[in-house]
Order: sequence, then structure tokens, then C-alpha cells
Amino acid sequence: MTPEDSRYAKSHEYVHVEGATGTIGITEYAQKELGDVVFVELPQVGSQLEQNEELGSIESVKAVSELFSPVSGEVIEVNEKLKDKPELVNTDPYGDGWMIKVRLSDATEADELMSAEEYDEYVERESAH
Amino acid sequence: MAEQSIAAELKKTPLNGVEKELGGKMVDFGGWELPVQFTGILDEHEAVRTRVGIFDVSHMGEVTVKGPDALKLLQQATCNDVSKLENGRIHYNGLLYPTAGFVDDILIYRNAPDDYFVVVNASNTDKDFEWLRDCAKGMDADVRNVSADYAQLAIQGPKAEALLQPMTDVGLSPMKYYRFGTGKVDGVEAIVSRTGYTGEDGFEVYIAPEHGPRIMRKIIAAGAKPCGLGARDTLRLEAKMALYGNDIDHSTTPLEADLGWIVKVEKGDFNGRDVLQREKSEGVRRRLVGFEMVDRGIGRHGYPIVDGSSEIGVVTSGTHSPTLKKAIGLAYLPVDKTALGSEFVVLIRGKETRARVVPTPFYKRAK
Repeated sequence: MTPEDSRYAKSHEYVHVEGATGTIGITEYAQKELGDVVFVELPQVGSQLEQNEELGSIESVKAVSELFSPVSGEVIEVNEKLKDKPELVNTDPYGDGWMIKVRLSDATEADELMSAEEYDEYVERESAH
Repeated sequence: MAEQSIAAELKKTPLNGVEKELGGKMVDFGGWELPVQFTGILDEHEAVRTRVGIFDVSHMGEVTVKGPDALKLLQQATCNDVSKLENGRIHYNGLLYPTAGFVDDILIYRNAPDDYFVVVNASNTDKDFEWLRDCAKGMDADVRNVSADYAQLAIQGPKAEALLQPMTDVGLSPMKYYRFGTGKVDGVEAIVSRTGYTGEDGFEVYIAPEHGPRIMRKIIAAGAKPCGLGARDTLRLEAKMALYGNDIDHSTTPLEADLGWIVKVEKGDFNGRDVLQREKSEGVRRRLVGFEMVDRGIGRHGYPIVDGSSEIGVVTSGTHSPTLKKAIGLAYLPVDKTALGSEFVVLIRGKETRARVVPTPFYKRAK
């Protein structure tokens, strides 16, 4: 189930907003498409991200994919657990497999992203063709 | 995240239905719809290294070469010495252009001195067949593309023999590596060879396409884990087995590809012999080496290798090695940079990342 308390980008990242903080990761659909994740490259705390800017990359055994930030903001925390356990992205993408937390610079950006329901429909359309 | 979608007119192997039933994640592989994975590359890889897995390799092409000039034709078209083969034996060989570049890398099975079974890469089948036919002009040799007559299954892993033996009357225990026999598998005619593309013990079984699904299901029911192209690639790379289109192609010679052991210039004339002789006496300018990453990251196919501002080489294959748990790969480097332990720089999406030349194969099974 796609969590209803988060917002979703077309590039398959989610942002979970609590107050002024956004927690960013990739969706269940994205982790399945990637397969076994072996390495996640994330930005440093303090770096400034623009919406849709590349925030890092994710290596699975079979391929590398870029990660894009669904919102603008300053990185205030990165998930250090992923250094030793990148597979958390596969096993718990919405929980322990989160990637970064940002201090949102524009709260309205998240509202413009897809809801869980819209994202599910989007994924269905994408995987159909 | 980039997605790949499947074009409508992909070719399907006889096992396509079974694979979809088993939940295979299907992708376009050189025009064939094949599973990249079932449960995951890491656990499929591990199954083959420690137990047994099964791969559908029916997309591979098969060409028969028969007649009084069959040996003469194969000797002319390839760099290894086909005259050294005996009945029931197989060898790895390079099908070469006069430039000594690879048309393909192939396996040759000898049935009789005038009867050979040649296994070729899927995407090269038509090209190889036409090339062999061209080379056969003026010779008394019959070259046929019989790819559609076979489904091919690879049963790979330390438990492969124990799993397969109850299903076949071909004696597996006395069969040595790179030998084959013919007999019955699950009651139908088959060719069974002790070969594979994983660096593990195992067998490849050729059967009529209509029996493929039943036999594949039986082998899986007996305990083999269904494996996809993803694990096939990580397994072959750990064993440093070349992949046509990545590590070798029309522009690379067997000596550049570090495949000197299949180059037999003393066997007489063949396509590319003069080039290889010159490379042997003068040395090659670049050579394929194994590497592991020093910095974090994975150097993948096509990534440039740089020295300052100049591009000096290229990564041909790269992945995360599930057995070694580190990033490994193959790359062409100028020969003066190929010494074991020497470091070089791979550009990973614009970022300079260090790698080091290491001995190969990366993985060798205990005998």
C-alpha cells in the first residue's frame, strides 16, 4: 500500500511532510524496479536542493539511477544506516529505508505533487505500456 | 529513475510462458523477451554459487557445420585449433574477421570429424550464419542455422549433477568439463554438455522446443532456483567470461581481450592470423584487465577511463560482485597501465573515481 500521508513525484520519489521537515525516499514501485540496492549516494548535511534537482544516485546490482529531489530545501539529516545496509531501501522504503530529511523552503511544492491515489494510477499507466 | 518498456514484436523462447507464470521480470534483451530476475539477482546468484539454479538460454543460436570440408571451414573462420577437438569434446573459440576482430565468441562441439555443432550468441546468430556461409564458398561444407530446433536450459551450481542425473540416461559423473553426450532427458532426445557461463559446475541441455516447458518445470520442482539474466551477468563477470557486445566485438582482437589461450597461429592460415602474428611479436597496444573500485561507486559498461584530460580507456563490464561484496569490472587500458595493482581513474557520471587492476578471474570455484 502506498502511504496516504506522503506526496509523490513522477520520478518515483516520495516526500513525507511533518511541519517544516520533509523526509525523502523512493517508492515501493521504484525499489522493485531497481532490484537489489547495493549503494546509495546522498548529499551532505547542509547542502541546498532545488525541486527536481539531482540529489544523489542509487546503484542496484543491475543498474544505476539518479535520484531527484521532489521539493526544495536544506538537507538537515541523511540516513547513515544506508551506508552499511543499503538493502533497507528494498525491505522498508517508506520506513527505515528513507534517504534524507530537508527543511522545506516552500511548503506549497509538496501540495503540487501526486497523492497516493494519483501515484498508484500513474504507476499503473506506466507499467501498462 | 528510467524505465524500460517492452516493444510489441519481441522474440519469445519456448519457456516464455513458464517464466511469466513464475513471476519473471521480463525485459528486452537484444530483441528477446527474457527474465532479468525472478526473486532477485543476489539470491539467484547465491543459489548458483552454493546450490543449483536454472537459466533459460534458448535464445542462444545453434549452427551445424557438416561435410568433407567442415573442419577446413572452421579452421579458416576461427582462431583456436579445431583439429585438436575429439568426438564428444567442446572448445571455446573466436569467429574472426580478417582484421582479427570478433564476429562472435562461440562454442564448438565435435560429433565427428566432419560434423560440428556450433553454439553462438543470440544477437549474432544471423550474422554468424551468413559469415560462415560466405567463408564456405568454394568448400564442400553444409552450414545450417538450426536455432529454432532447440530449447536450451543451463542447470548450474554444485548440486547440478545430483539434480539432473535422475532425469537422464547420459552418464554425468564421468563427463568432464567441456565434454558432451547425447541421450534422453525426461524421455526425450537431448544433447547434454558440462558447460556454462557462471564459473560454477553445471550442464547445458539442448532439447526440442516443445519439451522445454515440461522439463524446465521438472527441474525447478526438483529444487533448481529459476534465475534470470541479471544473475547470469554477475556470475559470468565474477568468472571473467567475456560478453560479446560489452568486452569483445568486431573492433577487439582475442589478444587484446586477454584470450591468448584460444589463439593458435601455428595451426595454419585463418582469418586474422597475420594481424594476430604481428600483435604477438610487437605486442598489443591495449589489453582487457580486471579491476575493482578503490573509491565508492560502480564503474559500468561504457564509462570512460581518464588520465588528466585525455580519455585512455573504457570500462566494458562492471557490477557489484555478490560473492566478493565489492564493485568489480573489466576495462581496456593501454598496456603500460595494466600492471597488477596499478590505479586508474574511471569517470562515473562526471566524477573521478579510483579503481585498481586486480588478478582475474575474480572468483574461482574450489575443485
